[in-house]
Amino acid sequence: MNVLLVALGAAIGAPLRFIVDKHLVARLLQTTGQQVPLPWGTFTVNVVGSFVLGLMTGVTDQNWTLLIGVGFCGAFTTYSTFAAETTALASSGHRAKALLTVLLNLGIGLLAAVFGAALTK
Amino acid sequence: MSEVLQPGLPRVLGVVALGGIVGSLARYGLAAAIPHAEGGFPWATFLTNVTGCLAIGVLFARLRPQSHPLLRPFLGTGVLGGFTTFSTYAVDTEKLVHVQTHAHLVVAFVYFFGTVAAALLAATLGEWLGRRR
Repeated sequence: MNVLLVALGAAIGAPLRFIVDKHLVARLLQTTGQQVPLPWGTFTVNVVGSFVLGLMTGVTDQNWTLLIGVGFCGAFTTYSTFAAETTALASSGHRAKALLTVLLNLGIGLLAAVFGAALTK
Repeated sequence: MSEVLQPGLPRVLGVVALGGIVGSLARYGLAAAIPHAEGGFPWATFLTNVTGCLAIGVLFARLRPQSHPLLRPFLGTGVLGGFTTFSTYAVDTEKLVHVQTHAHLVVAFVYFFGTVAAALLAATLGEWLGRRR
């Protein structure tokens, strides 16, 4: 049962991350016409997912925690893509943008988690 | 003349979901295998994120234009995206800060900045390993 709940949450979270990144945010970025944009898609999922998981700290039901917390939020957010996009920026000479990517994800991501958790208290 | 068929969105979303399930269950299993006490260093999530970053470095260095078009969505976006997590990283840090004893603040600080340093190093190392040979 636990495994099924995690799997179900992940089956929604991972494709939704792909859609947010490749379709919603990528489309918005096209309109700005920037040559090398910051990885806003990954930033968006990480901040939104951290906020939702922050909210989940107030939920005591184990099933919801597994479905939304471990499954959905875990799969919706990503550390590997964040790291790969950052090192790609740095190694292609965009060091300031790489640094900004790290600062934004860590700073706003943690703030979102703190804010979400605070709302439940 | 060979033509590279680009898979449609439903197939891409399908392999991302499948990979996401595999990666998330592996993360869940690792978290169950290495539980951490309240206020302790979240080793499971740390290891998950660092090894996932190493793996994505290797993967991206190894991908070729002629690689199967579903390989990157399945392994990169799906498996490794589902395996690694930013939300647990952020919320675990918040919980450590919230315990509000001096020692836990130190753990929070080391965890928060240690993860990002190790993750970026791992991704770089992975790219280097993947490019060899």
